[in-house]
Amino acid sequence: MADASTLQALGATIAEAAGAVVEEVFVERGAELVLRARREQLVPLMLMLRDDPRFAFEQVMDICGMDWPERAERFEVVYNLLSLALNQRVRVLVSTDEATPVPSLIAVWPAATWYEREAWDMYGIVFEGQTDLRRLLTDYGFEGHPLRKDFPLTGHVEVRYDESRKQVVYEPVALTQDFRSFDFLSPWEGMTTLPGDEKVHQIRTERGQIEGPKS
Amino acid sequence: MTTELVSGLPQMDGPNASQKLFDAETHTINFGPQHPAAHGVLRLILEMKGEVVERADPHIGLLHRGTEKLIEYKTYLQAMPYMDRLDYVSPMCMEHSFVLATERLLGIENDVPLRAKWIRTMFAELTRILNHLLNVTTYALDVGAITPSLWGFEQREHLLEFYEAVGGSHYHVNYFRAGGVAKDLPAGLEDKIGAWCQRFPKFLDELEGLLTQNRIFKQRTVDIGVMTAEQAMSWGFSGPCLRASGCAWDLRKSQPYEMYDQLDFEIPVGVQGDCYDRYLVRMQEMRQSLRMVEQCLGHIRPGPVKIADHKISPPSRGEMKRSMESLIHHFKLYTEGYHVPEGATYTVTEAPKGEFGVYMVADGTNRPYRCKIRAPGFAHLQAMEALSKGHMLADAVSIIGSLDIVFGEIDR
Repeated sequence: MADASTLQALGATIAEAAGAVVEEVFVERGAELVLRARREQLVPLMLMLRDDPRFAFEQVMDICGMDWPERAERFEVVYNLLSLALNQRVRVLVSTDEATPVPSLIAVWPAATWYEREAWDMYGIVFEGQTDLRRLLTDYGFEGHPLRKDFPLTGHVEVRYDESRKQVVYEPVALTQDFRSFDFLSPWEGMTTLPGDEKVHQIRTERGQIEGPKS
Repeated sequence: MTTELVSGLPQMDGPNASQKLFDAETHTINFGPQHPAAHGVLRLILEMKGEVVERADPHIGLLHRGTEKLIEYKTYLQAMPYMDRLDYVSPMCMEHSFVLATERLLGIENDVPLRAKWIRTMFAELTRILNHLLNVTTYALDVGAITPSLWGFEQREHLLEFYEAVGGSHYHVNYFRAGGVAKDLPAGLEDKIGAWCQRFPKFLDELEGLLTQNRIFKQRTVDIGVMTAEQAMSWGFSGPCLRASGCAWDLRKSQPYEMYDQLDFEIPVGVQGDCYDRYLVRMQEMRQSLRMVEQCLGHIRPGPVKIADHKISPPSRGEMKRSMESLIHHFKLYTEGYHVPEGATYTVTEAPKGEFGVYMVADGTNRPYRCKIRAPGFAHLQAMEALSKGHMLADAVSIIGSLDIVFGEIDR
């Protein structure tokens, strides 16, 4: 795999060739090149990444959604591209919200269709120019977007076979025991000063003996 | 038949009145979801003109279990068993991507003991044989040959016994761990695998004798479902399906992970990109995998199989009985799990079906914030229409067989 400096250089070249479309370039953990792009100019950017011989990203390996409910534009679409000719990868991130469509990459890679359908199905991200935006993985007639962080793990409906009506019926989820999500996070994880212990901590800091949190 | 195909109502007068005209509008058939040749729960809507496929629309998701959502609610350790259930034909290769992704985010990929790395590489290759055995033989079954599947399942059983020896179960072994493997190999297993390696080439020769030059098998597969290299790339193909189209691309060579950079193997590449080439590539890959298993056996040395950091791997039972700290480590590991520093990674491995990727986003807690699973079969099945258009209905069956579809990973 390429090292961080090679990836930095590649990122800088892409940013220079693409212009203002690329908002940010960084190398994740020194091993993976990530571009943050503006969604309006996504298709020209992807065409350039595919067709420019310096980049030659012939394949889109994965497109997926992400949900960050606390952000102003809560959704993120993640494109993982692969170049077979130059043996390199890049990740392109685009952000959007519930209402704003992201340009579809159907004209760049036909493989984008199912990935975009899945992102629509799971997150409700709309893709502009995608003519086949049906649900993909969920049931026929499913409501909601299950991978959103505010969608409950248990879902809203459950199915069972009704012997008297001789058909499968949908009913609201009824749990005999409430779904519990246990919080096992240690309150002291990464916390070097325990409540009530501030003075000891201060003395230790002054002596320079404090250890950072173990990663 | 000499009749002319027209659409609309038959016209019975005029000079051709003696000739019987019939209506051949397209009609739609529903292939699956309960069809043995659909390799699981594929519902394929085929629009046919006569016996020729006009349009193919796969409906997937009948086996959707919400794996990605469930993983967001589990610690990294608890999420591991879900990976086995993705591609249940090659369980350990599914674990592999997840484990490598977790290790990268934890920053411990260089601390994993060598023995564990060799064991994982060896089992990844055994798994490749396991997968190809099932695919090649059931594919032959789809096009009319029963014997290969009967023979192949016997061989698979040997491999599954190796699975059972290390993980305690035939399929859902849950054997790989971030930082190594769950348990060391039991005594004598290496010899058993070595003995099996001696026997297996004979079986491969017999299997090839049944299929490779078989007239019926070739009639059903040669020139069916042809993909050019450009098409294969634009459809996101990977693995044997991409190599059958003539791209010499293998992640084990081009972006080596684990111990593949120290192994000597070749990449079989097809020429035509048809169903027959996809079969040939898989057959050759089994031989290469066998070579790799033998090399791994030669490289495995005694040593630890888990990282020494007890924040990530559990202490031994014996230590726990004596040391309070080990007991705490054990308790914290199995309740809270380990914290993975913030970051994201798209980690790929060359699974038997192609590029199996895990896009994992960690937020610093003990659970993945997002774990997107990139299944190779997903991209392959999407190209079903491009592959089968203009072919006969029976060819659609060959094409599905040659793509190596498993719904556990496609539907997730």
